[in-house]
Amino acid sequence: MRSINLSILLLLLFLGMPIAAEPSAEKGLAIAVEMDRRDTGFADSASTMEMVLKNRKGDVSTRKLRNRVLEREEGNKSIFVFDDPLDVKGAALLTFSYKTKNDDQWLYLPALKRTKRISSSNQSGPFMGSEFAYEDMASQEVEKYSYNYLQDGELDGMSVFMLARYPVDQKSGYTRQLLWVDKDEYRPWKIEYYDRKRTLLKTLTFADYQQYLAKYWRPHQMEMINHQTGKSTLLKWDDFQFKNGYTEKDFSLNSLTNIR
Amino acid sequence: MLRYAIAFWLRSGYRKLYLVLLTLAWCGAGNAQVNSIELSGNISVDTRAFFQSADYPGQEDQNGSVSIEPEFYFDWADGDQRIVFSPFLRYDTSDDERSHADLREFYWRGSFQDVELKVGVAKVFWGVTESQHLVDVINQTDLIENIDTEDKLGQPMVNLSFIKSWGTLELYLLPYFRERTFAGEEGRLRTSLIVDTDHASYEASDEEKHVDFAVRWRHYIGDWDIGLAHFSGTSRAPDLVPSLRAGQLVLIPHYQQIDQTSLDLQATKGDWLWKLELISSRNDQGRYTAFVGGFEYSLVGVLGTASDLGLLLEYHFDDRDGKATSPFQNDIFTGVRWVLNDIQSTEVLVGAIVDSDTQATFGNLEASRRLGQSWKISLEARIFSNQDKRDLFFDLRNDDYIEFQLSKYF
Repeated sequence: MRSINLSILLLLLFLGMPIAAEPSAEKGLAIAVEMDRRDTGFADSASTMEMVLKNRKGDVSTRKLRNRVLEREEGNKSIFVFDDPLDVKGAALLTFSYKTKNDDQWLYLPALKRTKRISSSNQSGPFMGSEFAYEDMASQEVEKYSYNYLQDGELDGMSVFMLARYPVDQKSGYTRQLLWVDKDEYRPWKIEYYDRKRTLLKTLTFADYQQYLAKYWRPHQMEMINHQTGKSTLLKWDDFQFKNGYTEKDFSLNSLTNIR
Repeated sequence: MLRYAIAFWLRSGYRKLYLVLLTLAWCGAGNAQVNSIELSGNISVDTRAFFQSADYPGQEDQNGSVSIEPEFYFDWADGDQRIVFSPFLRYDTSDDERSHADLREFYWRGSFQDVELKVGVAKVFWGVTESQHLVDVINQTDLIENIDTEDKLGQPMVNLSFIKSWGTLELYLLPYFRERTFAGEEGRLRTSLIVDTDHASYEASDEEKHVDFAVRWRHYIGDWDIGLAHFSGTSRAPDLVPSLRAGQLVLIPHYQQIDQTSLDLQATKGDWLWKLELISSRNDQGRYTAFVGGFEYSLVGVLGTASDLGLLLEYHFDDRDGKATSPFQNDIFTGVRWVLNDIQSTEVLVGAIVDSDTQATFGNLEASRRLGQSWKISLEARIFSNQDKRDLFFDLRNDDYIEFQLSKYF
C-alpha cells in the first residue's frame, strides 16, 4: 500500500513540477507580475531626462525634460515638463494611467496658458518626434499586456528570461514585443517591438542600471533604434529622487497650469 | 497704450498694494532660500504683406514689426511661492497704435496646502473650443496684436483658488479694467471709421476703476471636463458707437456692465473630442445667449506615416443675430490640423469660418516649424472673402494678408 501511495505521490510531484524552457503563458504572467512587484512601493519619484534624436544622416537634435511620478494602486500619475527645445519650454503633459482603460491626459501650453485635455486612445504616435511612442513612455501596467514565457537565454553574460508580450489595446502600434529580462533582478535589458505587419520595427536596449533605496532599479540609459527608418533616440535618465512627499494635489489640473 | 500701462502702475493705491504684498511674501518666506531664478522668453520679427491695396490713406501694403516678451521667474520656499514678471513690447513700422507695451504678468503666487493665492497682473485662460474662445472672459483682448483674439492684455487680480477633490474653485477680484486695443488710422485690419480709444465711455460711473468679480468651478469626471463660471462687471467687448468728435465721425468704445454665466464642457471619447462653450450674458438691454460647439477627431499615424491629422468642426451661434458684437452668430468652422510629429515639430492648421446666412468666409492658414534648437518660423494667412455689409468683417474685406514670423527663444 505504502509503495503504491509513494508512486502516486511521485507521479503527482512529477506532473506538478514546472518543466523548464517550455513556452508558458502562466510563467510569462508570473515574470511580469514579479517585475512589477519589485518596482512597487517607491511612493513617488522625480528624474531628469535628455533625449538625443538622430536621423539616418547623423543629424542630432536634443530634448530635455523632467519627469515626476506618483505611485497609485489604480495606476500611476505622471507629469512630464519640457525644458528644451526652448520654444516648447514650460509645456507639460499630465497623465493619469489606468490598468484597463485609456489614460486621462492633459497638455499644458504656456504660450496661451491653456490646459487641453487630449485624446489618449491611440498612443502609437511619436513622443516629441522621437523614436519612443507615447505607449513606450507610459506606465507599463501588467494588465496592459498578455504574456508568454518563451525560454531561458543569455544576454551579455547574464542569464535571462525571454518573454513575449502582446498589447491588449487594439490601437497599439505593436502586435507583439519580445523582452529579455535578467533572472537575478527581473530587469528588462532588451525589448524588440514588432509592428502591425508583424515585422521587427524597433529595438530598445537598457544600460547603466543603478539601484535606489536598496530596492529600485532604474536604467540611466535607454536606446531605441528604429530598423525601418534608421533613426534612433538615446534617452538618458538622471537625478533620480524618491519619496519626495508628492500628493495628489501635485498631479492636479491646477498644478499643471502652474507647473515649472 | 504705453500711457495706460504706466498710469496704472503709478496709481498710488496699487503701488502700495504691491509693496505690502511683496513684503508679506518676503516675510512668509522666512529664511527660505531662493529655489530658482529664470529668465526666458522670445524675440520675434514679423513681416506682413497684404494682397489687396489699402482702402484708406496712410495705410501700407507691407508691414514689419518686432516684439519681445521676456519672463523673469523667481521662486522660493521649495517652489511654493513665486514672483513672475513678464512685460511685452512691440514696435510696428506702419501703425503707431500697434507699437505698444503691456505688462502681461507681474504677480506673486503662494501655494499653501489646498489653497492658492495669486496677487498682481496675470493671464488666465478658460475654454475648450478652437475657433472662438467665448468663455475666456478674465483678460482683455489685445486686438491690435491679432484679430483672432488670442493675444490678451495683463489683468490685475486677486485670485484665490481652492483645490479640492470635488474640483477647483477659483475666486477673482478684478480691480482695474483694461481697454481693448484697436488699429489706428494707418493700420490695416481696421474698421472703416477709426475707433477713438482715447475717449472710451463706460456704463459704470467709476469707469476703469470698477471692481469686477468672477468665480469658476472646474473639474473632470471620467471622460468629461467641466467648467462653470460667473462674471460680474465690465464687459471686455465694447459696443462701437458711431459718434461725432471734432467734426469727424468715429467709433467710441462703450463698455457695458454685464452679468455673464458660462459653461465649458469637453467629452474625450476615444479619438473624438466633443467641445462646447456656452454663455448667457445680461446687460442693460436684456439677456443674450451664445455658444460654440463641435468636435475634433484625431487620426493618429495617417497612411502609415508618423503624422497625425485632426479634423475640426465647430458651430457658432449668437441670438443677438445682426446686433452681435461678435462676428459669429450663425457660422460654421471647419478645419484640419496636420501634425507631422517630425523632429522640427512641423504643424499646419487650415480652416474656414463660413456665415450660414451670408456665405461670407473667413479663411485661415497657420503653420510653424522649429529651426535648430531655439528658433521658430511661423506663417499665418487670413482671407476675408464674400463679405457682406451685414458682416462684422466687411471692413476687412480688402485686408487679406500673409505674415511670416521668425522667433528666437531664450
